[in-house]
Amino acid sequence: MGGTVSANQDGANLLEVRGLTKIFGTLTACDHVDLNIAKGEIHALLGENGAGKSTLVKMLFGSLEPNSGEIFWNGDAVRITSPGVAKKLGIGMVFQHFSLFEALTAAENIALSLDDGSPISSIAAKARALSYSYGLPLDPESLVGDLSVGERQRIEIIRCLLQTPQLIILDEPTSVLTPQEADKLFETLERLRSEGKSILYISHRLEEVKRICDRATVLRHGKVVGHCNPREETAASLARMMVGNEVQAVVRAPVAGIETASPLLEIRALSRKPATPFSIPLKNINLTVRAGEVIGIAGVAGNGQGEFFESVSGEVLQQDAASVRIRGKDAGSLGITGRRLLGAAFVPEERLGHGAAPRMKLSENLLLSRHATDGKTFVGSGGMVKSGTVYAAAQRIIEVMDVRKSAPDPEAAALSGGNLQKFIVGRELDRRPSVMVVNQPTWGVDAGAAAHIRQALIELSRSGSAVLVISQDLDELFEISDAIAVMHNGELSKPLPIAEATFEKIGLLMGGAEPGHAEHTLETA
Amino acid sequence: MMRLELVKRPQRSALFSMLSPFIAFALTIIAGAIMFALLGVNPLAAFKIYFIEPISQVWQLHELAIKAAPLILIAVGLSVCYKANIWNIGAEGQFIFGAIFGSIIPVLFPQFEGPLVLPLMLLLGMIGGAAYASIPALLKTRFSTNEILTSLMLVYVAQLFLDWLVRGPWRDPQGHGFPQTIQFGDSAVLPELMPDAGRANWGFVFALVAAVLVWLMMSRMLKGFEVRVLGSSPRAGRFAGFGLNRMVFFAFLLSGALAGLAGISEVSGAIGQLQPVISPGYGFTAIIVAFLGRLNPLGIVAAGLVLALTYLGGEAVQSALGISDKVARVFQGMLLFFVLGCDTLIHYRIRLIGMSLTKPEGAAKLETAPKLKEAR
Repeated sequence: MGGTVSANQDGANLLEVRGLTKIFGTLTACDHVDLNIAKGEIHALLGENGAGKSTLVKMLFGSLEPNSGEIFWNGDAVRITSPGVAKKLGIGMVFQHFSLFEALTAAENIALSLDDGSPISSIAAKARALSYSYGLPLDPESLVGDLSVGERQRIEIIRCLLQTPQLIILDEPTSVLTPQEADKLFETLERLRSEGKSILYISHRLEEVKRICDRATVLRHGKVVGHCNPREETAASLARMMVGNEVQAVVRAPVAGIETASPLLEIRALSRKPATPFSIPLKNINLTVRAGEVIGIAGVAGNGQGEFFESVSGEVLQQDAASVRIRGKDAGSLGITGRRLLGAAFVPEERLGHGAAPRMKLSENLLLSRHATDGKTFVGSGGMVKSGTVYAAAQRIIEVMDVRKSAPDPEAAALSGGNLQKFIVGRELDRRPSVMVVNQPTWGVDAGAAAHIRQALIELSRSGSAVLVISQDLDELFEISDAIAVMHNGELSKPLPIAEATFEKIGLLMGGAEPGHAEHTLETA
Repeated sequence: MMRLELVKRPQRSALFSMLSPFIAFALTIIAGAIMFALLGVNPLAAFKIYFIEPISQVWQLHELAIKAAPLILIAVGLSVCYKANIWNIGAEGQFIFGAIFGSIIPVLFPQFEGPLVLPLMLLLGMIGGAAYASIPALLKTRFSTNEILTSLMLVYVAQLFLDWLVRGPWRDPQGHGFPQTIQFGDSAVLPELMPDAGRANWGFVFALVAAVLVWLMMSRMLKGFEVRVLGSSPRAGRFAGFGLNRMVFFAFLLSGALAGLAGISEVSGAIGQLQPVISPGYGFTAIIVAFLGRLNPLGIVAAGLVLALTYLGGEAVQSALGISDKVARVFQGMLLFFVLGCDTLIHYRIRLIGMSLTKPEGAAKLETAPKLKEAR
């Protein structure tokens, strides 16, 4: 790994950042960060949650102003005061969280951000042409609500490309894609590089960074800890640079005699009609999760996982009370509070606005899911909240889960995505629930934190709880599950014991092949 | 070509959030001075008559309390609605129905007297306001109608219903044809607090008690937490197991009951009978009070006193300077305008955007780049 950054003499650097610093209160999110991006390179920005990646990128895209430091664009000092200025310079960004209107078409969404008054039809034509030429086929007339996450990401990328940027910033782009979709994205990125465009690629997936990135800058605690060529590093050495020490591999002891363990979560012939034009119907889902095991549910995004989660959590009730049973009791007609009182805990996919209220403090967000289950502890006589006890419990969870934050009890929205996820998972683990249902436990969470969360889920199951994990990350499911089922188009396959499961078998099921009909070709979404 | 754009501020200033009502008040004074000057009146003299003289004697402070009581009671209830992101604009109608329900006893059963009369009237007033508020709540939860429209339209229904009552079935037969009910009996009149000093009655105490109780609920109790969660992120509220429909009813019934209490207190205290018009727009002015008080019940007490003063001042300038008492409405409107304006500017900053922002302007910005201040 190279230590210092050489100043730009030949003008080959598209973007040069020197000593960029951003301070929030007492937290120095970025501390004299140096970064060079050459023309025509894919540059990785690596770092754990809270390392300062998002803050750095926000300063490059003009959503945050630095406290000090300089930014040079093509050798000229520039001040990027707003995303508009960034766009005019030629910096485009594809965010981790999409900003699309579901009820509008892809072309209409693109038109909204272009803001140049050209007619939708011409934008649609341009978008279509561009999308096909880059191998990201997209129908501009389709409603965003009907599209999969991968397709939505294409809209964001096309929208960015239409502004003909010279530098494209991608924030965790593959976290929502299937392996096949990710491969397609990599082809597109390589094509962009061959056209001389530069890409700043933010990811925590070290294998793909090694695969496509030319150089990497590693951040830790707001400081640059090294620049390196990822192709010359191993995933382990990259992880070491990011975390500062070895990432512990997840340990999963095999369980024996699971067939006789008591079923804690039973789902019997669960069906659900689509609630909106954009949702997937659930068709006759059957699943049993026993004490001591972790069952994983794989599937491409948008195949009914969200609807399934809502049905199991009780945010949506079932007509047949026996279609969801928790610890042997019919729970189908109980709301989420009733199911929690039976011993179940839930972690939804969306953190902000679903798992947590963005503008509320962490201690209040603790109360959000536990006001009933810990009613005696947290709520006193007459409905008075014991805020001291809640605060202490929140601090305990923050410590156990190593949540990094800038204030003692910050608003949920002030935390980075991974740190908030650690808190939300920790909030439920702290209860020692006997049934735990988690949707996307480590979406956008870095390696160190993800390993922590996965290990905690395994340990919960080994202590006698039933754990159900819905995830689009196959690596993750293979790491933690004792059996994997696949959700496709609202149907759930039979769980495959982990000893029999392979990437290929699961991948075929994700593509819609019936078990036993493995000769079907894999259709990519 | 230039255009204005509102850009969201990354951080909100806590200091200015607190100062906002005071800045708004100062701006209202400045704009008011210009208005008085245009009307040909010396602004300083006018302000003295408008804001100082109406509260320079003890009995006048009692008048202030009489005007402030309904404003505070209604606004405290509305603050719960607005925190829950539920838009009850119909407090005026709930106020009127509270007054009508509460008046059932003294108008229809004037022979019923004793210490039970008044508590029963107050209770009926709250029931009447809550019942009337339950209509938009029901429409919203069952048919997804917009509560702003239904609650507002029901105000006019209430006003006309009261008008019909006092001209028709409830008219005082010995009232020489005047459209009003009989005068309430002694046991149906809300007592004055300090009869020797002024007219202020128990309505003001109700307002203070309601403000403290609702403040306690919103800041310390699980119910207040539920209100805030559902108001700020409904999906997280559903995840918490809180029901949105239940909250719609809770907020409407609570604010309706408080508006109804204000209505019966006004009728049995300050007025003493039902008339075609029993409110100078308290239900609408309370919306301003709620926002001026930052939706905080304790802030609302202060805001209620300020808005009550605009009513008294309006009457004062009318009698002293011959200016229309509509001036009070103008002041109230300006106050709301400036409060909302200040709040918007706390969350957003204004940017002027030239339509052709290209290289030269980018180059001009470079000159400021080295001046970035070090924060350490």
